[in-house]
Amino acid sequence: MADTTYATNPTDPTSLSPSPQPSAVRSLLRLWPFVRPVRARLFTAAFVAVVASCVSLVIPLVLKWLVDGPIATGDPGGVWLGGGYLLLLGLAEALLFGFRRWLVARPLSGVEAAMRAALYRRLQRLPVAFHDRWPSGQLLSRGTTDLQMLRMFLTFPLTFLLVNGVTILVGGVLLVAQRWSLGLVLLSPLLPLLVLCSVFEAKYGRAARVVQDQIGDLTTVVEESVLGIRIIKGFGRHRSQARAFKELTRRLRASELRKARLLAWIWGLNTTLPECALGAALVLGAVQVADGALSAGTLVAFLSTALALRWPVESIGFLLAMSNEAATATDRYFEVMDEPEVSDAPVAGGPEVGRAPGEPRADAADGGRPAGSAEPVAGRGPESGGRPRSAPGGLVFSGVQFRYPDAPPDAPPTLQDVTLHIRPGETMALVGATGSGKTTLTALVPRLYDPTAGRITLDDRDLATIGRDEVRSLVAVAFEEPTLFSATAAENVLMGAADAQEADLRRALRVAQADGFVDALPQGGATPVGEQGLSLSGGQRQRLALARAVVGRPRFLILDDPLSALDVHTEALVEAALRQVLATTTALVVAHRPSTVLLADRVALLSGGRITAVGTHHELLRDHAEYAALMSGEEEAAR
Amino acid sequence: MTTTTTGRPSDAPEPGPGATRQPSADTERSAGQRPEVDDAFERDRLPAPRNAARALLASLLAPHRRRVGLVAVLLLLQQAAVQAGPLLVAYALDRAVPALRAGDHGPLVAVAVAAGLCAAASGGLQWGFIRVSALVSQDVLLDLRGRIFRHGQALGLDFHERYTSGRLISRATTDVESLRELLDEGIQELITIALSSVYITVTLLFLDPGFGVAALVSAAPLALEVRSYRRRSHRVYSAKSTAMAGVIVQFTETLNGIRPVQAFRRERPNDEAFARLNHRHERVNGDAFLEMARYVVLSRLAANVAVAAIVLWGAYRVATGGLALGVLAAAVLYLRRLYDPIDRLGMFLNAYESAAASLQKIAGLLAQRPTVPEPSAPAGLPAVASGSPGREVAFRGVSFAYRTGGEVLPRFDLPLAAGSTTAVVGATGAGKSTLAKLLARFYDPTEGRVLLDGVDLRELSAAELRRAVVMVTQEAFLFSGTVADNIALGRPDATRAEIESAAKAIGAHDFIAALPDGYDTDVRKRGGRISAGQRQLVGFARALLADPAVLILDEATSSLDIPGERAVQRAMDTVLRGRTAVVIAHRLSTVEIADRVLVMADGRIVEDGPPDRLIKDRGRFAALHQAWRDSVG
Repeated sequence: MADTTYATNPTDPTSLSPSPQPSAVRSLLRLWPFVRPVRARLFTAAFVAVVASCVSLVIPLVLKWLVDGPIATGDPGGVWLGGGYLLLLGLAEALLFGFRRWLVARPLSGVEAAMRAALYRRLQRLPVAFHDRWPSGQLLSRGTTDLQMLRMFLTFPLTFLLVNGVTILVGGVLLVAQRWSLGLVLLSPLLPLLVLCSVFEAKYGRAARVVQDQIGDLTTVVEESVLGIRIIKGFGRHRSQARAFKELTRRLRASELRKARLLAWIWGLNTTLPECALGAALVLGAVQVADGALSAGTLVAFLSTALALRWPVESIGFLLAMSNEAATATDRYFEVMDEPEVSDAPVAGGPEVGRAPGEPRADAADGGRPAGSAEPVAGRGPESGGRPRSAPGGLVFSGVQFRYPDAPPDAPPTLQDVTLHIRPGETMALVGATGSGKTTLTALVPRLYDPTAGRITLDDRDLATIGRDEVRSLVAVAFEEPTLFSATAAENVLMGAADAQEADLRRALRVAQADGFVDALPQGGATPVGEQGLSLSGGQRQRLALARAVVGRPRFLILDDPLSALDVHTEALVEAALRQVLATTTALVVAHRPSTVLLADRVALLSGGRITAVGTHHELLRDHAEYAALMSGEEEAAR
Repeated sequence: MTTTTTGRPSDAPEPGPGATRQPSADTERSAGQRPEVDDAFERDRLPAPRNAARALLASLLAPHRRRVGLVAVLLLLQQAAVQAGPLLVAYALDRAVPALRAGDHGPLVAVAVAAGLCAAASGGLQWGFIRVSALVSQDVLLDLRGRIFRHGQALGLDFHERYTSGRLISRATTDVESLRELLDEGIQELITIALSSVYITVTLLFLDPGFGVAALVSAAPLALEVRSYRRRSHRVYSAKSTAMAGVIVQFTETLNGIRPVQAFRRERPNDEAFARLNHRHERVNGDAFLEMARYVVLSRLAANVAVAAIVLWGAYRVATGGLALGVLAAAVLYLRRLYDPIDRLGMFLNAYESAAASLQKIAGLLAQRPTVPEPSAPAGLPAVASGSPGREVAFRGVSFAYRTGGEVLPRFDLPLAAGSTTAVVGATGAGKSTLAKLLARFYDPTEGRVLLDGVDLRELSAAELRRAVVMVTQEAFLFSGTVADNIALGRPDATRAEIESAAKAIGAHDFIAALPDGYDTDVRKRGGRISAGQRQLVGFARALLADPAVLILDEATSSLDIPGERAVQRAMDTVLRGRTAVVIAHRLSTVEIADRVLVMADGRIVEDGPPDRLIKDRGRFAALHQAWRDSVG
């Protein structure tokens, strides 16, 4: 592929938005709901860390006391006592350090896991339009590297910012108390350091964000290179693909180096400025000692306290850098989490408000039960359900308009004013030229998208007022592309029904003419298929997907070109079996050829986003030039 | 989705090479054979030689030897500058103060200058150290990412069909990330630890050989603990890498199948499946922390007990007059500092083991050899005979069996004349696709040779082969980028005019022109809007642009509507005329333009001849043809 491909590809849908970057602290505070359940342990651990650090500070003092005191004076009892203290403190220190880690080990992995589960949960429930917009690599990198970064932040920088902060505070107080003039000199770099750091930290945060987004892009390219491996190999494009990848990794490297440059400045400043202050304090102290205003011992004590503070001060720079990275990771995470989830509850109000509340509702509740719980197939659909004669029932599109949310505003809607009535039990074929919107229209029925105007009713119930979950229990779909999941063949089929039995499975497999090959699999229906299992042929996958669609005896069936990958012989067998299912189901079947059209009672022709003709296959073949062209391919005029 | 990487019984079958689009009967034959190989894939534990991780790391660092040296020197100097502080204090008190009292400001100025220099040096060296070490670490990562990616691309389809995309993604992202952590923080840790340990041990030995030896002896339990920690954490991190890959596999599968996931209300079952995988990762993640906690406790205990014991021993020696008090005082302070870096050593080991586990997995991936290797000395194809772009194809004594043993194609000979169009028909699983994949060299035959104008495909370089042979399959995957980019995949140096004329020839121009940005429409943003049929047309345009001598169409028209199919046929009649074509199609309309039809059953060619003759012969093809006639209505 041309190298420009990725260059023109925007990094991330959200990175383009000009929204101002929220402050790091505000970003990190958003983690609170996830941290809250483990707050007790986290706070305890932080407290333990402070105590352990204090113990660590005390041990050298005890050593000093031991050497200056009992050992120097030759007091054996004192030596034993001192040795005992030393041992005890040593034990306490070791156990406290271990205790801190033990305290947070499981809870913080738990926080990471909870955040990941929440992300996964949310991603599954975000509308398809969202997934159209976001490359999966970007989503995946949020669920992996970003969350690992957050866990690391919670384990290390968060605690040590506190510990070091406390240490610096206490040390600062001690210093000023010991000798205020020297203390102030020592503390003088704090303010400039704070200013300089905050400048660099802001830059660093932005650089970190670029890096994280680029990692997401990289993930996308890796994923595509695996999913499209057959095409890459078929055209011998692995070299150019590798070049594109290299280009991306080079850009990532450049961003990482920019980040490192900023970090180098942060570290360098954090090292140099305190050292300068230390030197100044030394010179000033020496002068004071020379003047006799200060004893040499006091100066040494003062400077050793200052030296002890060196590490906490130096480390603050990179702790803050890590916190900044964690903050951008948090932003990235919540960009997805803040996307409004489609609510599963029926829309309150809606176009149905004006309707008489009594009859149709009750009727719908009766007739619209999820498949399987009633016997809609045997009962020949809604008519037997005591429906009022006046109600049309079935699947009705009225004035449906649809425009993709990210379509340019001047482009015509994909679907306009689609009006179509599929009677209960009827099978309607949907025919149209490539790109006329057939698949889009079918995607509206299970509410993968919602129409931008007009309405769709299922057995007189407005789709917008039925929860997505319920709609999807009423409608089964066989997609154009038969996706199998990593599960057994039987499980893949049974996904189509909530409570199907073995008998339902057999029936569905028979309808799709899949029983033969499924039984011949190494472990029959229990053979794992999908990406982590046996790879099946296109025709086999299509038949399993068809079986999945019919297994739950759905009330409404949407089949998108369901027989395209089958050979003629199998196609004929499937058609025969499918006819029986379709006889009692309200169905919409996208068809590309006459054999599939003949499954249907009537045909609707979709052209330019509108239904331009409805009739039987033979009527349309006779009267409609565009249809005839589509079905025979002989006439060019219509195109 | 209930099946997970480890959740499957270990004797579950894995598809052999070429299992895609293969008949059930064949997969049955391959079942249960060579379980150890399958198991390696299943458990995400591909074989790699011992120490593969270390060897990989060494090979990654080797080109940067000088920079690594520079990093060490910078760090050394930086530590020296930092350690100069106490010396300055001593000098200031011993020399500068008396001199000052005597009215001499010189030494104090010297102190001030030295302090300033030290401050600048320690900051500057730190700055330099971070920049150089970032350069090293980023170059290593660039190299490693490239190696993983290129190797993944070089590996055969049989590998990809078993390894899963999620695992490959995991190798190239999270596993590389763990090496990054090691390189970013590990090198510094290791060098400072080594420096200070050596420095202090030498000082101790110099102060008092007894203490020095005692310190060295006390290092023994520490060394033991370090060893056991490394062993345990290696196990944990290996499990963690596998668990992460499992999570990623589930993630990608869900994201790529979001439409069926939502339409079939898989959200809740998926949540449960994900919860299991996520929980497994959570456990090993926690285990890794706990191993670290255990290390910290045990090593600190050992160190602190050692300090206490040595101090008591020293006190005894002072009491008995065997040791000067000053020496003990100094030794005690140094001892404490000797054990200071234990935690940092733990952090380093932690990062190292995490990286080693990841590198081990990466090494396992890199150790996989492509089953379809490129020739070391590629041969060239003879010049095409003028007038006809097609090349002659010959299968000579070819047979194909899975690596696991199931035979798909028994030995056969098949010549295909240059410029002829051959249709291959037969039931699903008759071996049609395998035949096509052998010709496209997606696999190599188990026996025999596939010749293109007399040259074995195995002797052709990938570039030469792909210029000559192009295969268009049923699934037309679109890559990120514009529609034009996707067509240009067939020939990257094609001009826009050439791209458009290819699209026009195949009847794809109209729909492409109708897209929001025409040929510049980003397919990823509206990828979901380009239907399967449209994608197949793009795939065809791609093949047309590639302009191959041999074109293989494997059910490549399945999702096209009839006008689309006709356009393809016309293109084959005009643009592709004279090329050698092998067409696998269910719909026999394609067969009508064929010069020759092969009917396959159970891996054998059972009928062979021009379509008219086969129809007259009233064999299998005649029956298929009749069925198709009926279906067209």
